[in-house]
Amino acid sequence: MNTERAKDYPLRRREVVAALLRDRDEMLVVTGLGASSWDAAAAGDHPLTFPLWGAMGGTVSMALGLALAQPERRVLVITGDGDALMGANGLASVTVQNPANLSIVVLDNERYGETGMQPTHTAGTTDLAAMAAAVGFQTTGTVRDQGEFDAVLPAILRAPGPMLHAIKVRAEDLPLTLPPRDGAHLKDRFRAALLGPEAG
Amino acid sequence: MTASDDGPAWAHELYEFLKENEITIFSYVPDAGHRVLIDRSMADPDVESIALTTEEEGVALSAGAHLGGRRSVLLVQSSGVGNCINMFSLTQIGRFPFLGIASMRGEFGEGNPWQMPMGQATQPVLEACGVVCLKAETPSDVIPCMTAATTMAYKSDQAAMVLLSQRLIGAKAF
Repeated sequence: MNTERAKDYPLRRREVVAALLRDRDEMLVVTGLGASSWDAAAAGDHPLTFPLWGAMGGTVSMALGLALAQPERRVLVITGDGDALMGANGLASVTVQNPANLSIVVLDNERYGETGMQPTHTAGTTDLAAMAAAVGFQTTGTVRDQGEFDAVLPAILRAPGPMLHAIKVRAEDLPLTLPPRDGAHLKDRFRAALLGPEAG
Repeated sequence: MTASDDGPAWAHELYEFLKENEITIFSYVPDAGHRVLIDRSMADPDVESIALTTEEEGVALSAGAHLGGRRSVLLVQSSGVGNCINMFSLTQIGRFPFLGIASMRGEFGEGNPWQMPMGQATQPVLEACGVVCLKAETPSDVIPCMTAATTMAYKSDQAAMVLLSQRLIGAKAF
């Protein structure tokens, strides 16, 4: 385990997420427990973001269901390395279905942020982009600085997927910015915004 | 339709029931008790048939499909119910409709001792997670149980699972 290097990674998670969501148009977004959900809230609460406060490991699988149900819409996952590792099996199920509209971004700070910044496997030997490639993702990448992020951002938002990008972000404690906490409310407002008021 | 090499009539009626109820996403971890549903969903161009590696993927997938406006069903063996426990927090706190079918092991006439612990724990675990359980013991139970479960899921926003007993699907002797 290398528990020092992530403290110096140049990319900052809040800036990355703000850039991902800046021109979101009709994009559907699922964010993972927990800092990724706080990052998305800091970028601006939105009815077409479903932020998970729990159900760790479920973000990618939930987004797969959404992507299959809404094949004409871009579906973006923003999650962390801890959630992605816990739900790693689900990556294999994504590529078997091969949804072109699904893009997965893992904010990889090599930490379990909610529990005291303990190192994850990506602080050791695990390479998330290589894992994704091994289960069949045709498009993967590891992004390490602003230049690489700027270069790949249009593809993350618009190129045919499924794809997974691991974005190495600085390990840092940030102020909590919380989205609404009522899961039924989050579900109802998402469905109303996507499917019309009677669906809420 | 009568029982044949193509599987029991109740399983085909169950597939037709699901189609009639606009369930178009079938996700599953395979089990012999779900063979007809899995095979028919794979052969049906009007539905998505989604193989999972572990059952909790299907709980989250079901919630995502509902966000996007589509109905789904999750097919698991009873031993896979344990893998779903934490993911049911998503369906419960979001009041997501969830419809599942578990083919039972570890109950009526089980011959493999290793199947017994999770088989006996399946219904208590599901109920502890807030999932309403309906048990089908005979062919004539299947459609009424599925009708009730589908109504509770999609009209009352509940998580509901139908348990297909080994009395129905046949106990394995190993």
